[in-house]
Amino acid sequence: MDYSDMQTIEHDVLVVGAGGAGIRAAIECASQGLSTGMISKSLLGKAHTVMAEGGVAASLGNSDPRDNWKVHFRDTMRGGKFLNQWRMAELHAKNAAARVTELEEWGAVFDRTDKGLISQRNFGGHRYPRLAHVGDRTGLEIIRTLQDFCIHQGISIHQECTGLDLVTDNGKISGMVAYWRETGRFVLFKTKAVIFATGGGGKAWKITSNSWEYTGDGLGMAYRAGAELIDMEFTQFHPTGMVWPPSVKGILVTEGVRGDGGILLNNRGERFMFNYIPEKFISETADTEEEAGRWLDGDKEARRPPELLTRDVVARAIKTEVEAGRGSPNGGVFLDIASRRPADFIKRKLPSMYHQFKELAEIDITKTPMEVGPTLHYFMGGIRVDSDSQQTNVPGLFACGECAGGMHGANRLGGNSLSDLLVFGKIAGEGAINYVKNLQNKLNCSNDDVAKIIRGATDILNRENGENPYLVHEKLQDIMQSKVGIVREGDELKEGIENLQAIKNDIANVSSPASAQYNPGWNEALDLKNLIVASEAVATGALIREESRGAHTRIDFEGEREEGLTYNIVIRKTDAGMVAEKIPREDPPKALSDIAFASLEDLEGGKIGA
Amino acid sequence: MERNFEIWRGNVEGGDLKTYSTKLEQGMVVLDAILRIQTESANDLAVRWNCKAGKCGSCAMEINGKPKLACMTRMNEFTDDEPINIKPMHAFPVIKDLVSDVSWNYEQNKKIKPFNPSKLPEGSKMVMYQQDVERIQEFRKCIECFLCQDVCHVLRDQDKKDKFVGPKFMIRLASLEMHPLDKEDRIPAIKEEFGSGMCNITRCCTDVCPENISITDNGIIPLKERVVDRYYDPVLWVYDKIFGKKK
Repeated sequence: MDYSDMQTIEHDVLVVGAGGAGIRAAIECASQGLSTGMISKSLLGKAHTVMAEGGVAASLGNSDPRDNWKVHFRDTMRGGKFLNQWRMAELHAKNAAARVTELEEWGAVFDRTDKGLISQRNFGGHRYPRLAHVGDRTGLEIIRTLQDFCIHQGISIHQECTGLDLVTDNGKISGMVAYWRETGRFVLFKTKAVIFATGGGGKAWKITSNSWEYTGDGLGMAYRAGAELIDMEFTQFHPTGMVWPPSVKGILVTEGVRGDGGILLNNRGERFMFNYIPEKFISETADTEEEAGRWLDGDKEARRPPELLTRDVVARAIKTEVEAGRGSPNGGVFLDIASRRPADFIKRKLPSMYHQFKELAEIDITKTPMEVGPTLHYFMGGIRVDSDSQQTNVPGLFACGECAGGMHGANRLGGNSLSDLLVFGKIAGEGAINYVKNLQNKLNCSNDDVAKIIRGATDILNRENGENPYLVHEKLQDIMQSKVGIVREGDELKEGIENLQAIKNDIANVSSPASAQYNPGWNEALDLKNLIVASEAVATGALIREESRGAHTRIDFEGEREEGLTYNIVIRKTDAGMVAEKIPREDPPKALSDIAFASLEDLEGGKIGA
Repeated sequence: MERNFEIWRGNVEGGDLKTYSTKLEQGMVVLDAILRIQTESANDLAVRWNCKAGKCGSCAMEINGKPKLACMTRMNEFTDDEPINIKPMHAFPVIKDLVSDVSWNYEQNKKIKPFNPSKLPEGSKMVMYQQDVERIQEFRKCIECFLCQDVCHVLRDQDKKDKFVGPKFMIRLASLEMHPLDKEDRIPAIKEEFGSGMCNITRCCTDVCPENISITDNGIIPLKERVVDRYYDPVLWVYDKIFGKKK
């Protein structure tokens, strides 16, 4: 076929995804006069960022003046079990405050302190109250601010448009084929650079806080174009998802509940988190209810309650309690804020949690404890990028936000995702601008490449008898949920990988014999091609990381191993299929490792990293 | 329990209600049922949804004639033998099945002059007090489901989309006009271009808002008052006649 007949749109930069990272990247590109396009699978403003609740982490120092970028950096590295890309964690901690302040200048209205500044709340793993927030709907505030700002920046916004695959010219990005959901028609974007901001692949699990969009599209497309994936074994299970009723299982319950005083209880009424404090955090965590109580009352000398340990620790503790028979009636544990805070406080600080439980579970959280359990929430791993430009190993392909890997290491701290989006969205934009400005040759999209991509998509519509894409998806979710879950084991992972291989035949045979116009069955079938890449990459990485670190727990290799800190796992496509390789980590600059490994006293006393 | 649903299937050329059935589980919402039906018997059934927790506003539709979010409408709101019909929003053109073309709303948002803050001295932080931002935070809870637009008589029954921007954008305008640090003047546009006078204060928008925003009382009425103060104040009218209109 000849694509001169098909719709073609030209841009300097095409941003794929319109969540926080994508919009921030597009704003940056447009600010430098680049012709910038942005596509989104859903309508503008509906991306996953809208669901973020607790806040955005930035060391503004409004709620505790002792905070600064170094403490934020140290917290992030400790939370990531020191496997983060040092430079990314540094850029993040240094730039987060400026990105949040900028949002305020663009119209965001955060909750205020008594002095009229942006208020900050406590969250797991953060030493000081650091999360700028708006009740428990911070993500909504951020995406709406970016959305209302970006529509005046000259960006071409293409809604309900889904990417299929990248097109390259001599190894460089030259375009992307996509389709309009509304009509089912194809479009070729001819573009000098592509920025992926496509999020993770949480829809590979059955119990997840993620929406239908989260199918690892950027991961799949980048992988097929020759880009590398990194740290894919690290998938975050958020400790507190709803567990009842069955239809809402997995929906997020913000960490803000614990940040604002909520405690976790087992069915004996014990505050079990006191039994799960890791060695490394003993000196900084309260060991009695009395001390935890003083912390809640604002005593700055008191140490933090164990409910605010990092998400990996809390999620595993909940799983252990449930398996020991100390769980709640519906297979979770109790999260109690009712007995800790007055009703009006709860309604003011956690309005959407109040609403969510009232409407969906008929529970009043100002009177009754919630039942919660772990839910797949976030991919720490993703597309491997250069820290300073966010460029992948494919020239012209950039990635930022959740779909990029490296920033969070083995475990992400709550609140560090919203800041990640803003910081690296901007950096990816800058990287793309720089690349485009230095690009010499004119790029082409070959007819054959474009035709092949389109044929792969239309085959599904033309196949009369084949697999039901929704049921294939459910099968995939069963595999990931049971074999690549929160606690992993070598033989199970091998079995999981075998099952994933087997399901590839089903995916190749899915059918959706109907019109292409707004056909979710067809859309689902196309998404599966990416979801399987994401799933296989997670399972493959998980199998070769023979230790337990952060969000990756191996029952057959307990505890962190010294060797585990010496490599990151990189995954790439070869003719023989998916290949995973351990690549050695470089030593960090001394100035950064001094900060990361400093004692709090030395860091705060100004002895280190001054 | 197996349960029947009448779901509108069709596109811009027409369509009708078709009967589907699926088995109900404990705690189900209408969106769960729609997604089960999509999986089991209507793979190509078009429906918008994302968060499934009332936070994104994607799954706005009309359930037994009432504009609602399907993800927040629990099945136990209906008696066992009560028929349930599900249709797309009526005030906008249909694309397919339960999906309507809401692009008109995105065009309206573009017409609104964006936030325009007073310039801060270099290095200083924005200072706003909680009591001063609380009322605009109410408007900023809006999840853009467009249910208020769907139910508004001016848009729905009179189809005067060229005369009135609708409740959704009246509260967007209110959130900007009442921002303590915004210095833009949108009052003339609120009166002329956005048609604040078209609203009859029937409060239907407020009734359907899933975020319980007091759209009419806290948003539209204060804007109407600002318009009245500006254009119909007799003292100001005389003043303007003598000294010329203030900018």
